Amino acid sequence: MDQIPGRKGGGQKELMSMTALLFYGFATVAIASAWLLVSIRNIARSLFLFFIVLFSVAGLYVFALADFVAITQILVYVGGVLVLMLFAFMLSNKELLKDLQVGVSHFFALPAWQSAVIAASFLAVLIYTSLQLGAEEPSWISASREKDTVIMPTDQTIQHIGVQLMTRYLLPFEIVSVLLMAALIGAAHLTRKEAKP
Amino acid sequence: MIPLTHFLIVGACLFAAGLYAVLARRNAILVLVGIELMINASILNLVAFGRYDKTLYGGQVFALFAIVLAAAAVAVALAIILNVYKFHKSVNPEDIKNLKD
Repeated sequence: MDQIPGRKGGGQKELMSMTALLFYGFATVAIASAWLLVSIRNIARSLFLFFIVLFSVAGLYVFALADFVAITQILVYVGGVLVLMLFAFMLSNKELLKDLQVGVSHFFALPAWQSAVIAASFLAVLIYTSLQLGAEEPSWISASREKDTVIMPTDQTIQHIGVQLMTRYLLPFEIVSVLLMAALIGAAHLTRKEAKP
Repeated sequence: MIPLTHFLIVGACLFAAGLYAVLARRNAILVLVGIELMINASILNLVAFGRYDKTLYGGQVFALFAIVLAAAAVAVALAIILNVYKFHKSVNPEDIKNLKD
């Protein structure tokens, strides 16, 4: 898979193994904290584990050569979303005390083993599909590899993303910005104090 | 370069964890965290496939759009959760059964 043309030497190989080591380190941290997150009982701890998951997933984006997406992930998720979640957790803190209760009526939440079975079967299907895809890759990927249009670590992705965002993807960009505006106005409207009748 | 399949497998593990959180947890905030985990897994897939698209950068651009949409969804969902908590004094989705008081 590692086919960076023109640069084949001992240093290159060392670099590749270093990259692989970092990638699998980030992946292990992300998966382990995600599974610990969903199984731990303490909500504050699982929110801080979510912090770790977000950071290591941002690291994985860097290995997919999407550094701008990684920075946006850290800015938006860690800086915004996680702080919001911590606020919401602290404002609804009474749940922490009666967290050990075991529900009897399963209106919304399934019992743990059923959810585990469903999640495990989903995981099996997804992994099977990914392995199938690895066995015979889609034609557009091999075409891109032949035409040498795979993004390389030396490419300047941020400049190209900016240009594409303002030309080809201008319509979805505008739609997303209008939606963000509407969502923020809606959130501010939902949480305002009720006027006294 | 890291092979595509490894990204997909990491994404699959994160997605399964998020699905478990959505199905099993009895706290609306953690259900939201599970949804965010699933969104992150799909963004990871978008970015991993987007590496083979140097001319259009579709994967990375739509990963950015997905991050923005997830942030908007979190803002609205947390506003709703806080309102529901003010009304029902609980963030357990099982306790919230009435639409109207």
